[in-house]
Amino acid sequence: MTGGPNPLSGKDVMFKVFRLLAAATLLVTQFAHAQLTIEITGAGANRIPVAIANFAGDGLLPQTLNGVVRADLERSGLFKLVDPGPTAVQENAAVDLNQWKERGADALALASILPAPGNRYEVRMRLYDIARQNKPDGMIFVFAPTTMRETGHRIADFIHEKLTGEKGIYSTRIAYVVKTGSRFELKVDDADGQNPRTALRSTEPIISPAWSPDGSRLAYVSFQAKKPIIYVHSLATGAQTVVANFKGSNSAPAWSPDGKKLAVVLTKDGSSQIYTVNVDGSGLTRVTSSSTIDTEPQFSPDGQYIYFTSDRGGSPQIYRAPTAGGNAERVTFDGSYNVTPRLSPDGKTMAYVSRNGGRFQITVMDLASRQVQILTDSARDESPSFAPNGRTIIYASEIGGRGVLSAVSSDGRVKQKLSGQAGGDVREPAWGPFNQP
Amino acid sequence: MHPTTVKISIAALTLALLAGCSSTGPEQPAAPVENKTPSAPAGNASGAAVAPTNVAGRQMTAEEALLAQLKDPSNPLSKRLVYFDYDSYVIKDSYASLISAHAKFLTANPKFKLLIQGNTDERGSREYNLALGQRRAEAVKRALMVLGVQEAQIEAVSLGEEKPRMTGTDEASYAENRRSELLYSGEY
Repeated sequence: MTGGPNPLSGKDVMFKVFRLLAAATLLVTQFAHAQLTIEITGAGANRIPVAIANFAGDGLLPQTLNGVVRADLERSGLFKLVDPGPTAVQENAAVDLNQWKERGADALALASILPAPGNRYEVRMRLYDIARQNKPDGMIFVFAPTTMRETGHRIADFIHEKLTGEKGIYSTRIAYVVKTGSRFELKVDDADGQNPRTALRSTEPIISPAWSPDGSRLAYVSFQAKKPIIYVHSLATGAQTVVANFKGSNSAPAWSPDGKKLAVVLTKDGSSQIYTVNVDGSGLTRVTSSSTIDTEPQFSPDGQYIYFTSDRGGSPQIYRAPTAGGNAERVTFDGSYNVTPRLSPDGKTMAYVSRNGGRFQITVMDLASRQVQILTDSARDESPSFAPNGRTIIYASEIGGRGVLSAVSSDGRVKQKLSGQAGGDVREPAWGPFNQP
Repeated sequence: MHPTTVKISIAALTLALLAGCSSTGPEQPAAPVENKTPSAPAGNASGAAVAPTNVAGRQMTAEEALLAQLKDPSNPLSKRLVYFDYDSYVIKDSYASLISAHAKFLTANPKFKLLIQGNTDERGSREYNLALGQRRAEAVKRALMVLGVQEAQIEAVSLGEEKPRMTGTDEASYAENRRSELLYSGEY
């Protein structure tokens, strides 16, 4: 992570120092909110056994930091938590790794929490990769009490990345819409569903939230003017600007990878057609030219293609067209209803919704081999959205007539339900990027 | 014409208009306006005041009468819902008279604007349903244009599956939600 020993570490531990400054700048209205509880309904076949010893000094905090880290890692389905025993262990304690190995741990995390100047805390964490016998990795976080959960998510990200080689997504955010009675709220939440904040409330529907690549803005469709209009909403200021308000319907915003443009669907010339437009509403350019429905555009991560849903062949199927212009090619062929294309961050996999025997199911296609796998088995699954590391897909599902969010690993092995504790339909999830403004 | 009497007649007219506005709920058509406006000049002592009031009054009466006509349950123009089959945007023959009544009204009253909101049932993708709802709205728009209505008078939009009339998950609810709704300016 960092070059050479850190003076703070003393010995041969490589430390990375992070500072979480005061509360995040996300400007949102705070209300009492029902949190999402998470229930894991499946687990990976080869989970990495990890022991996370009780943190020394965790009692200083209003909530246990250790609990946040453990819950994150367990939820991923990639780790199996080994019982660490009841004793707190200092980060720099001498440990007998063979003893931990006998307990079944392939990795061991130790941490100490200390008071830091300015009503802050410092957490020092050391991670031993027992199985691979690497030199231990260390990190230090200085944080204010208000960012305790965020700190826990970042520790979990650190452990995840060290042990799997891929970035963790515990400190990323999700957006979703909650409908309660006739009220609609656009929420921004931590990936664990434990920190919901309201970005927008309306008495009219809100759909299709989409994160800007830098994580600072959400594009969405609001019906507040009695018709669908596309807005971009700054999370830092709460400012809402109109991107597309043409005669007819304006919908399905999708950001270009550079964050400068949006692909949108307009009906100003009759049928639903795909256009690109600059974020300030200028530079409108038509992309598709059909007399049929073309909607749900999504840029490929390299920006070369726009994937979209069209019924030009008689039933809704997924196509892709070069962003620069040119002929569209059909991507899905099986079945009579394949919609909502969403590309994995590496561009290799496409998640979408397929209808199979009247059931709407989250499906993935390996774009190179065109091999298809249905990932979910309930009847009303829609709106898939990839986590920024590509490992997990969050989607909208329905249980007992109520909208809930669920997540499935892109290999189909790990399934989670994220259910709101109070009433209300939860829908339209969108997983934010790694980037945090 | 005496300036004072003109003022009075405008005041009377305004009152009549306000009375009309406050009572134009869906259950109470704008009938009071039709009743009150003719009676206002009758209450005037000055014969000279009757003429201007009547001129202005007749204009307003016509407009208010039109609005009342749109809501009068016995008038075909009060019919505003066009239902569709599953995955279809074909207007059924049974709606021919509804469409032609609105076409006649719009061609005769080019100042009136119509918003057509297309809707779908809740099954499937929200955005794809938004596009399907748009088709249902466009279908009604095209039918009206074939009958001579100016495009500038009509806006076809979609609410997709977002504004169901019924929230059940049975076919009866789905059928009730697959519709286009016609709304005149001031009604949305």
